[in-house]
Amino acid sequence: MLTRTAWLGRLAPALLGLLVVAGWEALVRFNDIPSYVLPGPLAVAETLWREGPGLLAALLVTLRVTLAALLVAALTGVLLAALMAQSAWIERSLMPYAVFLQVTPIVAIAPLIIIYVEQPFLALLACAWIVAFFPLVANTAAGLRSADRGLQDLFRLYGAGRLQRLRLLLWPSALPHFLAGLRISGGLALIGAVVAEFVAGTGGSETGIAFRILEAGYRLQVPKMFAGLVLLAITGIGIYGALAWFSRLLLRRWHESALPPRS
Amino acid sequence: MHRPLVRLENVAKTFPDGLEALAGIDMEVGRGDFVSLLGPSGCGKSTLLRLIAGLAQPSGGQVLWPDGPPAPGRIGYVFQDPTLMPWGDVFDNVYLPLRIAGQGRGAARPAVEAALELVGLADFAHAPPHALSGGMRMRVSLARALVTRPMLLLLDEPFGALDEITRFRLNDDLLRLWGEGGWTVVFVTHSVFEAVFLSQRVLIMGPRPGRIHAAMEIELPKPRPPELRMGADYQRICAAVSASLAQAMGSC
Repeated sequence: MLTRTAWLGRLAPALLGLLVVAGWEALVRFNDIPSYVLPGPLAVAETLWREGPGLLAALLVTLRVTLAALLVAALTGVLLAALMAQSAWIERSLMPYAVFLQVTPIVAIAPLIIIYVEQPFLALLACAWIVAFFPLVANTAAGLRSADRGLQDLFRLYGAGRLQRLRLLLWPSALPHFLAGLRISGGLALIGAVVAEFVAGTGGSETGIAFRILEAGYRLQVPKMFAGLVLLAITGIGIYGALAWFSRLLLRRWHESALPPRS
Repeated sequence: MHRPLVRLENVAKTFPDGLEALAGIDMEVGRGDFVSLLGPSGCGKSTLLRLIAGLAQPSGGQVLWPDGPPAPGRIGYVFQDPTLMPWGDVFDNVYLPLRIAGQGRGAARPAVEAALELVGLADFAHAPPHALSGGMRMRVSLARALVTRPMLLLLDEPFGALDEITRFRLNDDLLRLWGEGGWTVVFVTHSVFEAVFLSQRVLIMGPRPGRIHAAMEIELPKPRPPELRMGADYQRICAAVSASLAQAMGSC
């Protein structure tokens, strides 16, 4: 049973949202702002309904790039972090390049990637991967290093091999860090995919949501731009929510972050 | 004394940062012994235990095993903290040494259950560590050290962080297990009362660099019931050991 303040706590954000949307609609109506300058929320909703199927199909294209990039980033990130965990020398040699990839703005790299990678899907995937990759490597590497000293001693005492140590000790210790990285990278992969689409332009027969927004912009279909934006925002929240749920699912039995509070 | 299980000859340990933790340690641990290392914090007791376990290498002298160095699993170690894997339940934690040795879960079950039985946690096999009390976690740690049926048990202030009631109970349990199992135990503590109650022999160490100041045989009956703590003999020996410890502390 929720208390009154708890209810208010839940309702407050929704109420604020509703107020803003209503204010926005009122602003547009009273000032007779044309929809190619600023469409009201109702116009956006109407466009969303009308253009829904087309936009959703485009969203699916973007989503495919995003999820594929996230998957590849997770695999390569874990692999590289595991490699770094083997020796300080490997870590010291690799880390600067991982940082290099991270700090160079994707908008600046994307045009090059699009030139060199001919297959559009792969080009977009590469861009999104570059953005999503770093938090996964950095977090997983930190996690692999954070294994309890006492447990490390224990594994040595019992003569555990390298792989046993990695599988039974380092990986479970790194899991919460990896999952935190995954939650960050989920959002970044979407950003990477969108940026890449903006840069790539028409990339093939199938076009993603970002390109649709760009295209609508050229045609001054501002309500459609907003509709695409709404879909992207919902997708971003959805990805974050799904990853947070996945993280809780894996950690709920033991990690402090997912345990219920002590009563 | 016949052939010892392990002998330390003139062992010294200096850390890379120049800290001299141990100097000129000579000691022997015989089969079936219960030896306590007693000394103030920071006198190198834990370091000495790590050297015996092979978790650290001496910077001088040697650690000798007359019957050959122990294979993995022949030494059980209980750390100051329970040092449990939070992602596993009690069973997983006690199973770990056998798992590292390549035993399957099914094949290891009887040994794990027997170890849990020994420490009185048979009903908690599937509890996660965070749901246990401090004393119970320490018992899990003890069960894990016992599961491989080690010949030598190294205990590094295992009960230091526990309340006195739990500590007394675990002391009694440990003594009972030692009486039944016939292991050799090296026990690190900074409690005179604990050292005297448990040990056959107490090695008293002085402050850094740690040396063995005195070795005292504890002439108390075996087995030792909890009431022994109230007896005059026990009190007298504790006083003697305390005096020796005070001397060791002053000798630097």
